[in-house]
Amino acid sequence: MKIKIISVWAFAIFVIGLLPLLVAAQIQNYTPVTDQRLLNPEPENWLMTRGNYSGWGYSPLDKINTNNVKKLVPVWTLSTGVIEGHESPPIVNNGVMFVSTPQNQVIALDAKTGDVLWIYRRQLPEDLFQLHPTNRGVALYEDKVYMATVDTHVVALDAKTGKVVWDKAIEDYHSGYYFTIAPLIVKGKVMVGTSGGELAIRGYITALDAKTGDILWKTYTIPGPGEPGSETWTGEAWKNGGGSVWIQGTYDPELNLAYFGVGNAAPWAGDFHPGDNLYTTSVVAIEPETGKIKTHFQYHWNDSWDWDEITPPLLIDVEREGKTIKALVHPGRNGYLWLLERGKDKISFVTAKPFVKQDVFKSIDPKTGRPEYVAERKPGRGKLIAFCPSLWGGKDWQAEAYNPKTKLLYIPANDNHCGSLKSKEKEELKPGQLYLGVEVKDIKTFPAEGAKTIADLQAWDLSKMEKVWSYKYEGHTFGPLLTTGGGLVFQGGTNDRYLRAFDAKTGKELWKFRTNSGIMAPPVSYMVDGVQYIAVQSGWGVDAERMQGALIDAGYKGKYYSKDIPILQGGVIWVFALSE
Amino acid sequence: MNNKCETCAGHDQLLERRTLLKAALGMVVGLQALDFVAAQEIDPKTAPPKEDDQFVFIFGEKKGEIITPEDLPLNAPQVLAYPMDPKTRIVKDGSRFNRILLIHLDPAELSEETRTHSADGILAYSAICTHQACDVAGWEDVKKIFICPCHESLYDPKDGAKVISGPAPRKLAALPLKVVDGVLMAAGGFLGSVGPKRSL
Repeated sequence: MKIKIISVWAFAIFVIGLLPLLVAAQIQNYTPVTDQRLLNPEPENWLMTRGNYSGWGYSPLDKINTNNVKKLVPVWTLSTGVIEGHESPPIVNNGVMFVSTPQNQVIALDAKTGDVLWIYRRQLPEDLFQLHPTNRGVALYEDKVYMATVDTHVVALDAKTGKVVWDKAIEDYHSGYYFTIAPLIVKGKVMVGTSGGELAIRGYITALDAKTGDILWKTYTIPGPGEPGSETWTGEAWKNGGGSVWIQGTYDPELNLAYFGVGNAAPWAGDFHPGDNLYTTSVVAIEPETGKIKTHFQYHWNDSWDWDEITPPLLIDVEREGKTIKALVHPGRNGYLWLLERGKDKISFVTAKPFVKQDVFKSIDPKTGRPEYVAERKPGRGKLIAFCPSLWGGKDWQAEAYNPKTKLLYIPANDNHCGSLKSKEKEELKPGQLYLGVEVKDIKTFPAEGAKTIADLQAWDLSKMEKVWSYKYEGHTFGPLLTTGGGLVFQGGTNDRYLRAFDAKTGKELWKFRTNSGIMAPPVSYMVDGVQYIAVQSGWGVDAERMQGALIDAGYKGKYYSKDIPILQGGVIWVFALSE
Repeated sequence: MNNKCETCAGHDQLLERRTLLKAALGMVVGLQALDFVAAQEIDPKTAPPKEDDQFVFIFGEKKGEIITPEDLPLNAPQVLAYPMDPKTRIVKDGSRFNRILLIHLDPAELSEETRTHSADGILAYSAICTHQACDVAGWEDVKKIFICPCHESLYDPKDGAKVISGPAPRKLAALPLKVVDGVLMAAGGFLGSVGPKRSL
């Protein structure tokens, strides 16, 4: 039986909804983003989320530098009109800026003046629930802008108008899958990975044709029966074993391999899924043309701590013991800094060292890199287990950065964090529901005993694997990094709402500016008409806010930790330049 | 590059938009006679709960079975349910927004208004968190409060499911209940709106 209601207003609303497209602006002289430009981005542009395929988060621009950064002032701002965690960097191509926000809005702006050129607003389904209401960036290719959406679509927009060129549904959003990732585009293949590791999914990476949106390949991060790696799973656990891919990968054009970090196994406690559980908590090296996993390295086996190793490794040439290593560098959520060597068919372990308090690894095999665990620190069914770092790890998704001038790696660390999990005896599989193996009320995060600070910005000399300097924060941080040719490191991420600039060589704080909300997006740098700019979104939410709540619940007494005075939400794009 | 914004900002653009809006509405009115209007169909599986609807389990061993008062022990965690039309036997599971929390608490612990919506201490609320639409599936059995597992908004079922803490902006919509001849059913529709009001 169906009841039919004729609605004039439905049609009126439909027509009104078309109006933005009817009057959309046309950007003249847009510069297409070619493969060659992605391989060698111009210093004045910021063409992908981390600035280059190596994932450095580095701008060669040096007009803003250690001598003049004190003169940095805001030159324009824009309210995004949405709340929740703004985790996306502005992407800039020859004077045109593209910014994505939560709820999958994309705003195109004049990067110099802040004039809005067009806005794409996605009408998300009413019944969509968002565990991570965020987006981590758009990707550019040729004359289009690409975004993966929380309702599991990938859309291609005309860069000049914002008009939808194609819109491809990848999954049913009721199934637990969703996208927060910024696409990685290599040779016309738009690669995206799925979120949903807490919602009983089996994660995968898929590639779409940049021109048509056709799906070219789909590679699960958890092998099916009979596939290589399937021997690391027991029973049916692989079907809902997690393995999210949250963050845009890096790409080595010489080896023609894209590197993606893979998230936790599910449910969290390891004895829900006996075995090593490839390729969870690993890096996988993928051939862009075929999607084949050519090689991998697992940072830790049988994950039991929700330590997603989701950021991809940075591609860095490291001088070590008289030779140059083509390295993969990964400050892990498990609290270790990993130095690996990449090859066509193999990723070799070189060394690893803890960069935060870590009490779970007893040792690491010097040849294979396989850790041995302290048994009483490994969560299991029906157990209450405490461990350090907490489930958010020594460093969560927030991006590290590498500066080729200082040859230092910068890590946005949460040090002295510990946590506990009280796992259930069993977990019922409910489609589209949380599949953690633990009640939320039994997830705890707290500072290590005696800790005076719980976060720091660290600089590491990779040739010696030594920490060179550290700037300590009183509170926690969720701030991705930018480093520049001007000898600077920029970071937000703290609940005091500041964007800060540091001397990249010494760690001395040189400048700070208080924004509207907490910053959890990557700062970027670009240049238009000879003027260098620093841009960042400020908008607190998601895990930065959750960690804030967890620390308050644990009785943490920092200055900005009060249930009565939350960090207020609401996104703003900030753009800074030197004052005249 | 043409930096002129013709879409989103500026008084001139607003005027232009208003003009187009008027034109569009005029076109709509003119087309009514031609039967060129959009039709919206209400599927009985997505229709919201109404008076006399019964409830069925969404999950667990009794999935799909009708929920009786005996299925709801005092102070046990909430049960997730879909409403069911008692005449057609159609389960209204076509929309997540029809998900309902059922819980049985001591009537003496309930606020006066909450007690009026309950059936001998059995309460029903929308299961959809007003923050980001997650199912409010968590339960804290000491303070007897609902926990949204996604972002830890806490709701007090004893007092109209008001927000105690967390990012949720408002309470869960209540669904009044009654028990007739031992059958648990709705005494009306949702009191309040269901789910979040998104900013886009």
